[in-house]
Amino acid sequence: MELKTESKLEKVFKSGQIAVTSECGPPRSSDPAHIIEKGHLIKNHVDAINITDNQTSVTRICSLAACVHLKNEGLEPVLQMVTRDRNRIALQSDLLGAASFGINNVLCLSGDHQSFGDHRQAQNVFDLDSMQLIQTVRHMRDEGKFLSGDEIKVPPKFFVGAAANPFGDPFKIRVPRLAKKVAAGAEFIQTQCIYNMDRFEKWMEGVRERGLDEQVYIMAGITPMRSVGMAKYMKRAVPGMDVPDELIERLQGVEKKQQAQEGIDIAVEQIQRLKEVKGVAGFHIMAIEWEEKVPEIVERAGLYPRPTFD
Amino acid sequence: MIVGEQKPLEEIWEMVKQHKNVTVFGCNTCVAVCHQGGNKEAEILASLLRMKATQEGVEIEFVDSGIERQCEHEFFEKTQDLVVKSEAVLSLACGIGVQFMATKYSSIPIYPALNTTFLGDVIKAGHFTEKCQACGDCVLGLTAGVCPVSRCAKRVLNGPCGGSTSGKCEISKDVDCAWQLIIDRLDAIGKLENYEKLSSIKDWSKDRSGGPRSFILEGF
Repeated sequence: MELKTESKLEKVFKSGQIAVTSECGPPRSSDPAHIIEKGHLIKNHVDAINITDNQTSVTRICSLAACVHLKNEGLEPVLQMVTRDRNRIALQSDLLGAASFGINNVLCLSGDHQSFGDHRQAQNVFDLDSMQLIQTVRHMRDEGKFLSGDEIKVPPKFFVGAAANPFGDPFKIRVPRLAKKVAAGAEFIQTQCIYNMDRFEKWMEGVRERGLDEQVYIMAGITPMRSVGMAKYMKRAVPGMDVPDELIERLQGVEKKQQAQEGIDIAVEQIQRLKEVKGVAGFHIMAIEWEEKVPEIVERAGLYPRPTFD
Repeated sequence: MIVGEQKPLEEIWEMVKQHKNVTVFGCNTCVAVCHQGGNKEAEILASLLRMKATQEGVEIEFVDSGIERQCEHEFFEKTQDLVVKSEAVLSLACGIGVQFMATKYSSIPIYPALNTTFLGDVIKAGHFTEKCQACGDCVLGLTAGVCPVSRCAKRVLNGPCGGSTSGKCEISKDVDCAWQLIIDRLDAIGKLENYEKLSSIKDWSKDRSGGPRSFILEGF
């Protein structure tokens, strides 16, 4: 197989196996113990671990530093990068820094608006958008140049990912938007949490019609619900989330203390169904502050053991 | 046009209360349209300040006046004598007018009565909305006449972001998603295929970040 980078994730995909990733949010503290602990909880059940970049605009340990902590533990991090907080100078500088620590994967995002976070008065940057960040990482890797055109002596070799939201509006551009990210240079995609399975499958149909599944590895996003309250909150308050009423009713149908287990069962069933969908190349399991459940989901979904490479 | 909003009276009072004679000076073009800084508003503000002075038991003379535009020399001719006699000026112009006066009358304190808020339009009487950031490199030709720089909270040039829901922006259900509007317009003018053209990385040196901008006409 022809590999562009040292990424383990790239190896899993290119060896024709279903990939599994998960993600951890860094702590709001200078003590890294918590993120290292989370990494160890899931390391044997995933191929790579995303580290979020000040998610929901709440200030935390930076994604790069947290990635280095995981890398030092022998894990494979995916550096999430949002364009909200840094201009092209800082983004390219952090990419070089990440590569210098042997970080092989980057996920290019725009980032939630700062009004969701703890510093609502902050300036936002958005010198680039997420598509342009994808282009930037590919330009640095493939052309060996900065955006300025200056040469990079040792270019950073990242496997480049992006997000896709099959449920965002307007629906008619959801497939064209993926095509745009692929054209910009995305090599793998992690989708928004999927709850509306029919709508996701309809999106995948459109993806296959344009042959995009042959050009990019698509990982289906799975987030288990911990309670009916969480399901209702996600439906009501989280932008771009599509939570069908049937799912809420199913959680409501079991006793309160059984709801978390029901949420895990639903996640496992989703993965089993989506494994049969042509073009789904992997799963991105986002168990929000519930990382200890990732091994159970992965095992029950038949995705364990994870592949190893020499 | 330039839209502004009057500062709270308390804030204005704190700036002017140290003076004995203040000219309250309206600007009768842009900020008159939004009923915040025209000559009529200058008259009302002067009255409010006179009442405030009475309440506070201090003696300050507030004289109201105004001109068509505080950002061009020729409009100042008629009021020249009044301004130079003032101990201080409270300008109801946008930030441009305030600075123009501060440069023109270098020894007189000039205070802003308005917060300059944005470049916008009047979508209906009394309702003003932002439409331009003066980024210096207009992209409206590519975006079907809807500006993503001023109307998208993340100014993304390849939108929409994942937060667009039912045509609204993730920051508020009262804010339209600019990219929904762009896509709807592209569709309406039969150019939806343009959506897939990647917008290249923008040259922000023509924007504020390139430093103060100026424009000189040849032969003037």
